[in-house]
Formats: sequence, structure tokens, C-alpha cells
Amino acid sequence: MLEIKNLQAKIGNNDILRGIDLTVNAGEIHAVMGPNGSGKSTLAHVLAGREAYEVTAGEVIYEGKDLLKMSPEDRAREGIFLAFQYPVEIPGVSTTYFLKAGLNAIRKHRGLEELDAMDFLALVEEKMKVVEMDQSLLNRPINEGFSGGEKKRNEIFQMVVLDPKLAILDETDSGLDIDALRIVANGVNALRSKDRAMIVITHYQRLLNYIVPDYVHVLFDGRIVKSGGKALALELEEKGYDWIKAEAESAQQTIA
Amino acid sequence: MPTATNTIEALTNREYKYGFVTEIEADVAPRGLNADIIRLISAKKNEPQFMLEWRLKAYRYWAKLEKTEGAPKWANVHYPPIDYQDIIYYSAPKQKKGPESLDEVDPKLLETFEKLGISLTEQKRLTGVAVDAVFDSVSVATTFKEKLSELGIIFCSFSEAVQHHPELVEQYLGSVVPYTDNFFAALNSAVFTDGSFVYVPKGVRCPMELSTYFRINAADTGQFERTLIIADEGSYVSYLEGCTAPMRDTNQLHAAVVELIALNNAQIKYSTVQNWYPGDEEGKGGIYNFVTKRGKCLGKNSKISWTQVETGSAITWKYPSCILQGDNSIGEFYSVALTNNYQQADTGTKMIHMGKNTKSTIISKGISAGHGQNTYRGLVKIMKGATGARNYSQCDSLLLGDQCGAHTFPYLEVNNNSSQVEHEASTSKIGEDQLFYCRQRGIAAEDAVSMIVNGFCKQVFRELPMEFAVEAQKLLGVSLEGSVG
Repeated sequence: MLEIKNLQAKIGNNDILRGIDLTVNAGEIHAVMGPNGSGKSTLAHVLAGREAYEVTAGEVIYEGKDLLKMSPEDRAREGIFLAFQYPVEIPGVSTTYFLKAGLNAIRKHRGLEELDAMDFLALVEEKMKVVEMDQSLLNRPINEGFSGGEKKRNEIFQMVVLDPKLAILDETDSGLDIDALRIVANGVNALRSKDRAMIVITHYQRLLNYIVPDYVHVLFDGRIVKSGGKALALELEEKGYDWIKAEAESAQQTIA
Repeated sequence: MPTATNTIEALTNREYKYGFVTEIEADVAPRGLNADIIRLISAKKNEPQFMLEWRLKAYRYWAKLEKTEGAPKWANVHYPPIDYQDIIYYSAPKQKKGPESLDEVDPKLLETFEKLGISLTEQKRLTGVAVDAVFDSVSVATTFKEKLSELGIIFCSFSEAVQHHPELVEQYLGSVVPYTDNFFAALNSAVFTDGSFVYVPKGVRCPMELSTYFRINAADTGQFERTLIIADEGSYVSYLEGCTAPMRDTNQLHAAVVELIALNNAQIKYSTVQNWYPGDEEGKGGIYNFVTKRGKCLGKNSKISWTQVETGSAITWKYPSCILQGDNSIGEFYSVALTNNYQQADTGTKMIHMGKNTKSTIISKGISAGHGQNTYRGLVKIMKGATGARNYSQCDSLLLGDQCGAHTFPYLEVNNNSSQVEHEASTSKIGEDQLFYCRQRGIAAEDAVSMIVNGFCKQVFRELPMEFAVEAQKLLGVSLEGSVG
């Protein structure tokens, strides 16, 4: 589904991604872990098409297409969803209105009929249950005055409604208490399917107790320095990131 | 952020749709302004003596001002001096005297309004809205007149009101905006040619929206209309005003005066969607919209609400205001002003609290794009006797791009210790992060900008009557946000 080859990107004059290689197949969940500043969020945003980042080398093939040539909205319409670490507020625009506009743009792109208000509300009511979302939140301006947990839950709710092929979760667990974490994880697990892939970006192993990944990758200094199964996450939890750093640095020296 | 800027440019550079000219024979006065022109206008309109005298007094006052200080200079707008002797003060489509029914109205005029989306023909009329259509200097048609008159409501052109209800005109004309009020009000009082007149009798709730549609067509003319609305005790009326003009390279002057009077327990809701030609991308041409609008809450428990969406004009210079004279009276001002390219707007309101427990609310949303300059200027004045008066003001500015400007000048004068005055202000930019968030959900960049701008204006749009809310959202380049109202 997704093939990333030697992806390099910078913001301003700072090189952040220094050559990422990653292959994600349908049905798989990949966890990307790493210390702060290792480039996890950058990877998520580059895949979603944020223009503030400049791709300097490499390629990304998504479903046989050159992803890097597509606009952010076309990527979304082709099935890429990013759950934001810091969802923004849009005053005066309700979640329902926002989401309906998004869903219909995606449906139109796929040659499906746009949903009218009634059908959309029926869909929303069904999907709300998945993330135990409160109706009153949906009628409020999107993310405005939402608590941290409500914002994250709203991201997962949007994901459930938009039904993406490739979902990227950018530190969705940060700032969540244990109950919210469980609800968010339930939402994610409900979407697990053989046709869908997910990239779960997280700093902590905690989330992976709820969302069990098929692969774990450790990002350090803009490169994937270690990959493994879910055991790797547990190892990181126990030992922290320092040994990874040490290992990566000695590897660098060997190359040099 | 290249994308945000590009999108905004694309969105804001759409062409003005109403720029066409109607070829129609007109009865035109010679250029320039003097006492004889005023006599000519008054004679053309067959006015009673008191009108002519009032006009001439206004003219003398204006002529004195013109020689001495000229037009006021305090507003944050810039334009070359206007040559008042180079303007045509009267232009009317030639037609048989006073069309009694629509069949007698020149089909070209009907066609013009049809093109503007304002249907005057019986079968196609927007149900629930009565329209007075003003073309250059005169009113060409007023719809639903008879139906309204069954309830005792007078809705007609100003000229007709002068003929048929001179006592009301004499009593109220200039009672809220005297001709000495300001330079442009004096000019308007001297030369105004038509406009709308509304009287709602005691205890009557006007069952439909009343509306005037103003159209400037002829070149080098000024449009000077006058609107007078009187809501008698316990009555209610909602009034809408819309306007467009052809695209021309020269600037045209529009100096209107609107006076509202609300007696005991009466309510007036006045909504404007102003879409005069704004000039081209370089700032050439466009309407100078220098307007005086004021309402007087004369009676106890009366209420006047102004809602305006100002998207057109090269320069907008207006402050729809409320004089809260009656105890417990309420004044409201909801405004969206958009300036793009080289448009300038200096707009806001005055809330003058005189009566006890008077309340006012001001919500102002300024949007600047291109090289647009947007100024909010507002005065909240609490007089000595206004015990328990309250005001809440909120002024928000949204910037699209980095060449535009937003300015806020709130003035407060408080002379009574028991009053409460609150003011909040904010300035924000459409962020790259907001745009990206929308686009990541599949929403095209232009639609995202519209959505964000509309969200920003929502507090004001929800005050507009349904038909207008739709129009207003379209004007801002928009698909409609869920529910209106």
C-alpha cells in the first residue's frame, strides 16, 4: 500500500528526515516510536502533504501512485487520514458541518453520491457510539473549548466517519488519561481490517498495550534505526531511548 | 505560506457579477449643484413648499461647509477631493408619469432587476418579501403595497410619501439626522431624490420583510436616497436593503441617509447587504459609500437592530447608530465588513445611552484581504441620566494575506457610575494550520478559506433574515454552513 524510499525532508534550513525507508501493507499496523525531535511528527506531516516541509530526496509510492505529487486534499480523498497531535480550532464552524464537507468531498472524488443532511446525521449517530462521543460536542465549533481528551476523541471520531485506507495517528495518546486512552484505542481497533493500514506514532509504549502493532520501528535523528515486533516496544519501555541513541551513534561511527 | 496566499488571492479576485449597464433613456439634470438645481428637483417631484424650504436650508448649510472645512477628514480613508460641480444630481429613467401598475414599468427596468435576482413581476416574486426598487434617482416599483395597506402599513417610495402622507414626513424627516449633522447628510438633505418610506401603525407586526433594492446605473451621477422608517407603539418591522452598481472607471458618490424611529415597545430590525461596485484590482473606479444611518429609540422598551454586511464600495464610511432615549430601550449593531484589493472601510457604530437601563450590543467582524484597509470606529456614550445602562462590544479582525490592515478605534464616554461597559477585541490570521487541517480532511483549499471566513462571521450572519443570510454567505464566496438562523 505504502512504500517510502530514502525519504528526506527539511523545514527551513533544518534537515529533519535523513532517509526513511518503510513499507506498509494493507492490514498491518506499524508503530513508529522514538525520542522527542527524532522526526516522528515530521514523517506524519510529510505523508499528509504539509507544504511547510520541503522534501529534498526520496520517493513515496501510495497505491501505485506518486504520493509526493498530490495535493493534501487529494491525498485525503485517496484515503490518507492524519489524526493530528494538536487539532486546531475553527471558530464558528461546527464539527458536523466540517466533517460533512470533508466526507462529501471524498465521496465525490470517488464517484459516490454526496450524502444529504439526513443521511449524514444517521451515519454520525452510528459512528458516535464507537468513540462514545457526546452529541453536544458535534454541534459546537470544531475543537473550540474542547479539552485535550475531547480533541483527540474528535480526531478518532472523524477517522471512523471518513473511513480511510491509511490512517496515521500522530501521538494520539499524548495528554490522555487512562479512560480516554481506552476509548480512543477502542475506536482504532474497531477500524482494524485487512484492507486498512495504520501508522501509529507514539512516544510511549502505553498505547501499544491497547493497540497491538504488527511492527515497531524506532526513529532516531531522522532515520529508522531499529525495527522489530511488538517486543521491541516493551524493550524500549524498560530501557528508555538512550541505548538506541548509543547504538545509532556507534553505527554512525562505524560508517564514518 | 504560499498556498494560503494563493488561495486567498484566487478567492478574492473573482469578478464583480453585477457590473452591466442598462441602456435606457433618462431624464437628466445638468451637472453641478446650485439653488436652481434644488428647485428643479423639488419641482420635478411636485413637492410641497416645506420640502423645498428644508432642502434650500440644507443646501445653504452644505455650501457654507463646502467653502470652509469641506468634507470631514477624521476617517481613516483616503481619496482625491470630489468635485461636487461635476456630479449629476438627478437622473430618472424616462417613462410615463408614475407607473400605477407593473405593466406600465419599462420592461428594460424589470429586466435589469430580474438580472440582479430581484423579481418585480407578480408571479415570480419572492414570497414573504415586499420590494421597493430604486433605479438611479427614483423608485420604479413597490410590490405588495396593497396587501400591506390592509394592515395600515405604509410602504412606498419617498416621493409618494411626500405626496400622500406629508404630515408624517414633515413630523419625522430630519428628526434623527438633522441636515446640520454632517457634510454628507447636509448634501443628501438638499438633493435627495427618492428612497423608501415605511410606517407601521400601533400594535401591528409587519407580516413580511420589507426591502429596498438600490441600483446605480447612469454614469457620473450620484445616488442620494433617503429612507425613513417609523414604527409606532408596539409594532414590529424587519427591513432589508441591497445594492449594486455597474463597473465604471470613475468613482461614483452614494450619500444616503437612513432614519429610524421606534416608539414605545416598538422594534425595528434593519439589515443591509451592500455590494456596490468596489473598483478593479488596481483600485480604479468604484462607489464612494458615504452614508449616515441612525435610529432613535424614542419610546420605552423599544429596540433597534442594525445588521450589515459590507462587501462592496471603493470606500465605505458609515456608522449605523442608535440613540437610546426611551428607558429600557435596546440598540444592537452586527457588522461584517470585507475589504479587498484597494478597498477601504471605516465603519462602526455609535450607541448613545440616554434613558435608564438602556442596553446595547456591538459585534463587529472586519475581514481584510489584498491591500484592503479595514477600520472599526465606534462610540459608546453613557449620558448622566442613563442609570443602569449596559454595553457589550466585541470587535474581531481577520487578516487574509500580509498586505492588508485592520484598525480598531473604540471610544468610550461614561458619565454615569452605575453603568457597565465591556469591550473585547481580537485580531487573527487565517493560519496555515487551519487550512491544512481542512485540506487533510479532503476539503479543497478555496472551500476551506470560505468555511473559515464564514465561521468567523457566523455571529453576524445568524442575525440576518434567511434570504439575506444566504446572499451574504454567497457574497463571501461560500457554500452555506448547515443551518442559518
